[in-house]
Parts: sequence; C-alpha cells; structure tokens
Amino acid sequence: MAVKSLKKRESELASTQRQLEILSNGIFQSGELPTFANKIKETNQFPLKPKKIEILQINVGYMCNQVCSHCHVDAGPDRKEIMTRETMQQCLDVIEKTGAHTLDLTGGAPEMNPNFRWFVEEASKIGVKDFIVRSNLTIIRANKKYYDLPEFFKKHNVHVVSSMPHWTRGKTDKQRGDGVFDKSIKALQELNAVGYGMPDSDLRLDLVYNPSGAFLPGDQTAMEKDFKKALLEDFGIQFHNLFAITNLPISRFLDYLIASENYEDYMYSLVEAFNPSAVANVMCTNTISVSWDGWLYDCDFNQMLDLKVASNVKHISEYNEEILQNRNVIISQHCYGCTAGAGSSCQGTVA
Amino acid sequence: MDKSYYNPRDLKKFGSITEWSEELGNKFFEYYGKVFEEGALTPREKSLIALAVAHTEQCPYCIDAYSQDGLQRGITKEEMMEAIHVGAAIKSGATLVHGVQMMNKVNKLEM
Repeated sequence: MAVKSLKKRESELASTQRQLEILSNGIFQSGELPTFANKIKETNQFPLKPKKIEILQINVGYMCNQVCSHCHVDAGPDRKEIMTRETMQQCLDVIEKTGAHTLDLTGGAPEMNPNFRWFVEEASKIGVKDFIVRSNLTIIRANKKYYDLPEFFKKHNVHVVSSMPHWTRGKTDKQRGDGVFDKSIKALQELNAVGYGMPDSDLRLDLVYNPSGAFLPGDQTAMEKDFKKALLEDFGIQFHNLFAITNLPISRFLDYLIASENYEDYMYSLVEAFNPSAVANVMCTNTISVSWDGWLYDCDFNQMLDLKVASNVKHISEYNEEILQNRNVIISQHCYGCTAGAGSSCQGTVA
Repeated sequence: MDKSYYNPRDLKKFGSITEWSEELGNKFFEYYGKVFEEGALTPREKSLIALAVAHTEQCPYCIDAYSQDGLQRGITKEEMMEAIHVGAAIKSGATLVHGVQMMNKVNKLEM
C-alpha cells in the first residue's frame, strides 16, 4: 500500500504539538530515561549554544514526488507549502551578506518549486563556496521537464547530495516506494555521465544513507566502502562520499516507531549511544534552517516541529547573524538522534 | 524474580556482570571488543559469523544483538539467512558425522 502523508491521513501526529507531547511524556516523564536537557547538563553542555553560522539551509517547499515511510518533513505530492519568489528574493539578499560558506537547498523535492531554477541561477551568481541541492534522484526521471537537471546542476556547479538507503532494490523500495531503486540508479548513471561523482571530478556527488527501520546507522566509512563496491560492480556507478544519517523520532518516522512498537527501544538505543563529543559539533551549532515561508529554525527537524529560533530575529526578512548567534538552541528528546554514536547531521557524522 | 527465564531488557544489563567479578568481567569485555575489531576478517564478516553462532547456541540475547548489528551494517536478510543455514548445516553435519561412530560400533559388535 502506498504511504500517504500524515497530513493527508489526518493523523494526530500531523500536529507538531502532539509529537512534542509524545517526546516529553512516557519514559522521559517517568524518569526512566533522562531528558536531553538533563543529559547534556551532565556534561556541562547546557544550554546548547551555536557557534559561527556556516551553513544556510533553505527548505523551498514540502512538495515531493515521493512519499518515503521515514520522512521527517511529511513531504509528498499533496503538500502545497512552496516558497514564493518573494521569499526567495529575501533569501538571496541574505546569501549576499552572510558569512556562511555553504548554501543547502532542500525540500520536499526542491526541483518541484516552480521558481527553483531561477533561484539556483541567482544564488550561483552571488558565488557561494559550496552550493548543495538535496535531490531525491527519482525527480530527474519523473517527468521530461526534469531530464536536463544533471546538465543544469553542472552548469551552476551545484553539489548534489542524494538519498540512497541501500544498494539493493528490496531495501530501497521498502523505504522509498516501488520503483524508486531503478529510477535512482538511472539518475545516478546520468549524473555520472555528465561528470558528477567521478573520482577526480570537481562536480561533487554525495549520497545519504539512513537506516530503513528502527536501528541506528553503522559505521559511515565501512558503509561507504560497501556502497561504493556494490554500486560500481552492479551498475558502474561512482560517487564521492556517503553521509550516514540517523532517523530522528519525529513525523512519519515517529509514526512508524509507535505503530511498530519500536518507539521505547529506539529511544533507549539513542540514549545509550549518547556521545558528548557529538553534542559539541551538532549541526544546529553551525546551521540556520529557513522554512518555505521564511521562518528561521535551529535545524530542519525543529522546523518540522515548528520550534522557531529562540531569538528576537525569527524571520528571513529581519535576518541578523550577530543576534542569531547569541541564541540558545531549542532542544527536546528528538535531539538524541543527532548525538548518538558518531553523531548525525545533514553532512553525515560529526564526532 | 521474573516469571520467565529470558527478559529482552536483561541484554542491556549485560555489563553488570562485572559487578560481582570486576577483573574477570572487564577482561572478558576487553577481549570481546577486540575480537570484533577489523582484522584479517572485516567487522561485517564477523557479524555474520556471530549471527550464525548465536543461532547454533540458541542464545536469544545474541540473536537480538546480531540481527540488529547486521541491519546497522547494511547486511541483507538473504545474507543473514544464508549465514544461519551455514550454522544449521554444521549442526546437522555434526550430528550426522557421528553416524560413522555409530556404524563403527555396530560393525564391531555385530557378527
């Protein structure tokens, strides 16, 4: 059965308030497990303070051609939240003056925003050191109008970061939907064909791995080796790096954890794997996340929980890096996902 | 006392065995950790061996632990099941090879 967004299903978990209640109640309320705040108090890391802003991550909309079972955005074809050209212009004004070296576009499928290409063209004119687009790969094969995306990315020297949960069809399609594996393979081959991901190429192609179930990702380096070997041997595909990302217990993944009765065990695994050195480099310390309607968040996960930054500056229209850097990061129990084991961020492990 | 012999939560308390014999417990865990490090065999290969042995030993804690470990390492269901068949083949082979002992004995005793 095809997965639908929580919003479409009118699930109680479509409410961010309800998700935050679940994350605060039960084993965390009873004291069976320490809250994230108490845990980082033990290592004198509370309150969590940001360092210099290095990454501006902009979510240009929640619309997506896929409905992945673990999606923390609750993205899908039915989601109509899309960044307007006006908000994009406000983002461009910020990109011009920011000290951040990385611009990171995400979604949904960012390419589905009707102003996506205009935005990429304008942003690349400004000249960002590292310009990332998070592409789900299948979008490149979804419709004729997207077939030229590899060339378009190349023209603007975009760094492509794509999701690929496994090197086998079964595991990939189970998480991301029937047919996703074959389309993703074709898209990767097309990216390779224009030069992306080749060993000496400056056209960066990285893959994101996140587990297809209630378990933590394995060692990033070992996984990368396995992915590279399998994709090269089976399909002649090459890529640069693999980012292993932990699934955070929010949105559709939280729904899955509860429905499959894995929630408590998963939270136990995250808490047991807590790593203080991951806290020091967690991505909210160097990233600002911007939503489709211009609000500012500590990370994409807080965005999906509607936890806006605890700062006087809350919107892209009033963006001020100095003021933003003086805030405290808003935390809850989902944050354990970024501090487990080698840590997890949109750029992979952090410890 | 629990009413059943096995409780999944007890796996998480495995480390507590050091409380009643610290030196031996610590030595065991140090050895255990060392065994699973990358060596002539990869941790992935070791994980599959551990899974197969977990089954031949019929240890529910080990089965839980190494099923999860396998998933974390990206090991597929097919690989896990094949590993278990290796364990099962050795188990049944070990039973059947003793058949030769039985045959020897019978041949010796029979006129």
